[in-house]
Amino acid sequence: MATALAAPVDTTIEDPTRRPPLVTGDHDYQSITDTIHSISEHKTPRAWYIAFAVSSTATVTFFLLIGYLIYQGVGVWGNNNPVFWGWPIVNFVFWVGIGHAGTLISAILFLFRQNWRTSVNRFAEAMTIFAVVCAGIFPGIHVGRVWFAYWLAPYPATRLDMWPNFRSPLLWDVFAVSTYATVSLLFWYMGMIPDLATFRDRSKSKIKQFVYGVFALGWNGSARHWHRYEKAYMLLAALATPLVLSVHTVVSFDFAVAQLPGWHATIFPPYFVAGAVFSGFAMVITLMVPARKWFGLKDLVTLRHLENMCKVILATGSMVGFAYAIEFFIAWYGGNPYEGFAFINRAFGPYAWAYWTMVSCNVIAPQFFWIKKVRTTPWMMFIICIFVNIGMWFERFVITVTSLSRDFLPSSWAYFKPTPIDMAMFACSFGLFFTLFLLFCRYLPIVAMAEVKSVMPVPESEAKNDAQA
Amino acid sequence: MTPLSATLLEPETTQQDVADEPSGSVCGVLAEFSGPKELLRAAEMVRDAGYTKTDAFSPFPIHGMDDALGIKSTILPVIVLVVGLTGCAGGLLMQWWMNAVDYPFLISGKPLFSLPANIPVTFEIIVLTSAFTAFLGMLGLNGLPKPANPLFEQERFRGVTDNKFFMYVAADDPKYDGQEVVELFHRAGATWVDDVPNSTSPSRLPGAIKMALLVLFAIALVPPLMIYRARHTTSEAPRFDFFPDMDAQRYRSAQQSSDLFADGRAMRPQVAGTIAVGDFHENDAFFLGYIPGEDDEAPADEPAPADAAAPAAGAPAANEPDYVTEFPVEVTESLMQRGQLKFNIYCAPCHGLAGQGDGLVSLRAIELQQPTWVPPTNLTSPPVVAQPVGKIYDTITNGRRKMSGYAAQIPPEDRWAIVLYVRALQKSQHASLEEIPEDKAAVLKNQK
Repeated sequence: MATALAAPVDTTIEDPTRRPPLVTGDHDYQSITDTIHSISEHKTPRAWYIAFAVSSTATVTFFLLIGYLIYQGVGVWGNNNPVFWGWPIVNFVFWVGIGHAGTLISAILFLFRQNWRTSVNRFAEAMTIFAVVCAGIFPGIHVGRVWFAYWLAPYPATRLDMWPNFRSPLLWDVFAVSTYATVSLLFWYMGMIPDLATFRDRSKSKIKQFVYGVFALGWNGSARHWHRYEKAYMLLAALATPLVLSVHTVVSFDFAVAQLPGWHATIFPPYFVAGAVFSGFAMVITLMVPARKWFGLKDLVTLRHLENMCKVILATGSMVGFAYAIEFFIAWYGGNPYEGFAFINRAFGPYAWAYWTMVSCNVIAPQFFWIKKVRTTPWMMFIICIFVNIGMWFERFVITVTSLSRDFLPSSWAYFKPTPIDMAMFACSFGLFFTLFLLFCRYLPIVAMAEVKSVMPVPESEAKNDAQA
Repeated sequence: MTPLSATLLEPETTQQDVADEPSGSVCGVLAEFSGPKELLRAAEMVRDAGYTKTDAFSPFPIHGMDDALGIKSTILPVIVLVVGLTGCAGGLLMQWWMNAVDYPFLISGKPLFSLPANIPVTFEIIVLTSAFTAFLGMLGLNGLPKPANPLFEQERFRGVTDNKFFMYVAADDPKYDGQEVVELFHRAGATWVDDVPNSTSPSRLPGAIKMALLVLFAIALVPPLMIYRARHTTSEAPRFDFFPDMDAQRYRSAQQSSDLFADGRAMRPQVAGTIAVGDFHENDAFFLGYIPGEDDEAPADEPAPADAAAPAAGAPAANEPDYVTEFPVEVTESLMQRGQLKFNIYCAPCHGLAGQGDGLVSLRAIELQQPTWVPPTNLTSPPVVAQPVGKIYDTITNGRRKMSGYAAQIPPEDRWAIVLYVRALQKSQHASLEEIPEDKAAVLKNQK
């Protein structure tokens, strides 16, 4: 890469009067294009094939397991009498939560004019969409009779001509998650149109020219087009901002609107949203740290980008820790004996191991980000983010399973044990996620080139070299 | 390299040499500038020179280009607002109509429609419709998708999505003069200027693609048509279940055989010497209406002659069981009223409200001359009056002739209430003046 010898720039300065550059190295417009396009233009590296073989095998296994589930029934899962929700819903909330970082980066940081988002937004949006794909599968197959899942749509189902109940949080969830998936996809695709046009114009093979050409929709960089495009992008950002906050709010309603102690809490919406952002950013860093190394993106995704995300993780992680504390406080202060029991049971009952795993991963681990050395060293933040990912899965497990397994009636209590199918399905859902991700990294512009170019300093003296009679 | 549109539609088309073309086939002048600032300056000069059919092309949006080119602010936000508000109204209307009007959902006595509970879905619909409008509106106002464009046939123009900056004045601009525009561009500092010839690729879709689209459309129509046909025709064949759900279960139906038990029957008989819960009827007079003798069976098995109009009056037949003659329940005013209620529900349709065998069902059957119809008994006729209460009770329980038993529908207490009411109906036809209490008799006399 032409930029390998560029002098290192400290992009992590804390002085607010000095703005570090968002793109380091000796980059011009063309070298940005080259950097990104070369990822998909070069011969496919062997490592990609190996990774793809593993992840696509897991994906195929995932769909085989779903087939087995449909054939055999939900009894193949560990879901039992009080714990009807079990791992499928835990996995659903886990994946939806991860899917929050992308649109948050694209929409909220866009409205706040945080220009550093330009290097990471495409990547994070792709992650969002793939996570939502994984998320959507779990409640879909959890309904039991999957072939009637379309009854969730506003359609006069069965011979009763019966409509769905619009006052049910579960139906709100269907609308929220499907709207989120659709709008995220639109946002992602629309942001990608100029970059697809770049790929169209630079591709050598006719097939690629045709395919990228179809999806670039004839984009030609016209100023009149850019004008409407920017307006539409701003509108989408303004629409996606409340949307991203609403999705996990509605997911939390699935729990909070129920009467179950441990679920029935007004703190759930903000607490879930903070947790979702927390887990989403952790996943972005988990993927970004290796990706910027392998794809040579260190000049575009600088340490400052990573540090900013670590700060978001620190902030949201502390919010989550605060929410855990408030839950306990309200359980005591509210004086409801059932709720009090639910929380004592959560921390000291049969699932204490899960609770304390959650607390150590989610509350203690991110506190290391107070140290600047940790949040500017990629391998350290990678390790912490792995812990956060684990902790956030356990958070959903703790909320879902501990509350359900010991509800009002002691005679119906039961301990939840996952089956190997549960575990294999969750593991293989990562296969689906990474399969989509590897395809994205190989064939699509992984950094928003047009946006990065627009935040670069305008070169003054390049005219001489490019001039041609 | 052929441009995309030509690649797609007519692979053999090659790039035309622009300079030799006559000016009639030129669609505009394109100039390249070295950077965004130069492009901005050129755009201002072109605007000040009075050209309006102009455009600037850049790999990224350039701040200030809207002013420099004189681009009017887009109407897109207004469109999105209107559609968003329509989505809001439509979403609310949809939920109200579906849950409160077309299929009222009554849940825990909550109101059929309340704003707070319907906000989340309304919100999602607003966002969904607005987002699609923003995206499709942007494309529509920009005239995209537009795969063919004369500019794409310029090899140099392919750099516009990478690092090149272009300015363009269309030939249909009212002030257009090819030479003047070229000079203006040179003055603005263009690094390259040239005419853009009109596209040589055909503007119409090739026949093969049209045919392919038509075939695809036709194929896409097949599944909905099959569904329509399946839903609007009848078939002799059994239903085909993709997912049998619980249609076929492993339990055995009544009367089926089973290898599980020695007797080969799936249905299990009652265990000898046991009584099922709720089946213990100790008081024979109350539950049966007769006292079973040593060798008596239930009298319902007694074959009744089909042509008999009514049981013979007088002494009970020799093979009749020992019917109860006194009510085994306490006779009260409320029991009488209950009997009236139940009689009018279960008996009156055939026997008539006064028990004279002239119920509406019977009248209708006679009017239609139903050949198998046996007219119901007049309950106030002397043979029935002569029957002991136990026999009437037994008739209700097990049926007589064409009348089926009502044991399943009417509990024993109510059957006795009906018997009591039947007795009252009989009295109402045959009572003498002496049997009526003094005060009631006076009222009746006055009525005459």
